[in-house]
Amino acid sequence: MKYLADVVTLELSQDKCTGCGRCVDVCPHEVFLIRDKKAVIIDRDRCMECGACANNCEFGALKVDSGVGCAAAIINSMITGGPPSCDCESQSGSCCG
Amino acid sequence: MGNIKLTFMPRAAEIKKADGAPAFSKISPDWTWKDYWGEIKCRASSFRMRYSVKPGLYAAGEPDKDSDVFVSANYKLSFDILRRELKGLNAWILALDTKGINVWCAAGKGTFGTNELISRINQTNLQNAVAHRRIIVPQLGAVGVNAKTVTQKTGFRVYFGPVHAKDVPAYIREGYTKTPEMRLVRFNIIDRLVLTPMEINPAMKKFPLFTLIVFLIFGLQGTGILFKDAWEGAMPFLFFGLASVFTGAFLTPLLLPFIPFRSFAVKGWITGIAAIFALVHGMGLSSYESALPLKSAYIFFPFASSYIALQFTGSTTFTGMSGVKKELKIGIPIYLTATAVSLLILIMYKLFQWKII
Repeated sequence: MKYLADVVTLELSQDKCTGCGRCVDVCPHEVFLIRDKKAVIIDRDRCMECGACANNCEFGALKVDSGVGCAAAIINSMITGGPPSCDCESQSGSCCG
Repeated sequence: MGNIKLTFMPRAAEIKKADGAPAFSKISPDWTWKDYWGEIKCRASSFRMRYSVKPGLYAAGEPDKDSDVFVSANYKLSFDILRRELKGLNAWILALDTKGINVWCAAGKGTFGTNELISRINQTNLQNAVAHRRIIVPQLGAVGVNAKTVTQKTGFRVYFGPVHAKDVPAYIREGYTKTPEMRLVRFNIIDRLVLTPMEINPAMKKFPLFTLIVFLIFGLQGTGILFKDAWEGAMPFLFFGLASVFTGAFLTPLLLPFIPFRSFAVKGWITGIAAIFALVHGMGLSSYESALPLKSAYIFFPFASSYIALQFTGSTTFTGMSGVKKELKIGIPIYLTATAVSLLILIMYKLFQWKII
């Protein structure tokens, strides 16, 4: 299953990449592959912007705009102006548990 | 929700902590009926918001200085699944204080994170419980845990283990290597099915208000509100409302990959309009005295289903923030317009009814 095409903010800087493979290790959607000792993005549309790769890349080669992908949280952030957060849901008692 | 926290510790016996000695509790891998009942309640209601275990170090089996350390969240369901899968193994479980939230969601919020892991290692004196310096963090925790910082601050090297606890025994057998399958998050029909009660629940909470509005619209007469007259007009709308919840919160999530288009809003609209069409023809409503309420229904309810289906993006394992933002940016103006247009049509219907126009 894939979500919308061409919306993903994931960026990989080939220059900074050392091919350590940590992104491959933490990605839950097989977005990366190591080819010729460098990471390559094999399918961007599979990325769900969880941020695990960017958080663990020791060389700063990965950037992604990660955040809560929940419609209610994003609507709430549009109204309040803050970042989308699951906390809006704790009031109604339904959150990713 | 308040700050009520129920802390369950199945057959846990806290072991007294001497200076520098590791503080831990012993746990059983077996689930009691209470654990099963707890899982059911978590899946069905907001009970999961207060289903936690005490953060800290736990001994599964008879772990010693060479045993593996598995990091988990203090959401009791996550913790229970891990201890169950560790049956037959001797291992340590380090439960982080994630405020009772599961690993992945808590990692997204940062509570299952680098700082909490470092301080929990120090607080439990983990370095004295084991002679080695490796900890196994669930892969999805990588969203919140920076492995390098943890190693720098504690000396423990972080291994990102399998996504699912059920793969842990195989992961250990294979010499701490993950197969590509162990890294992948899936989202099969059962995964989706168990999430639907928590889609239906919040949607149905708005149903009483919706019912009230429908009765007001159909019952409103020049002489006051006549509920006797309201019933005939309102009843189909209430069915349409229920159908929209059914298609948006249940059918769309369940049949997700089989409904065309990638956009959740479009998927929800498709199932919604199909249901309204089926209802109109099934109930013989096409011979409604006036065509206006039906037109209004055809405009409003598929978008209601669409909006409800869009909420499911928050529960899937593959949708990202940028996509949801795009859907909302396009969707919200459409939802508002459709609601306004369908209301206007109903007002026109009332004006005709009252013979004002």
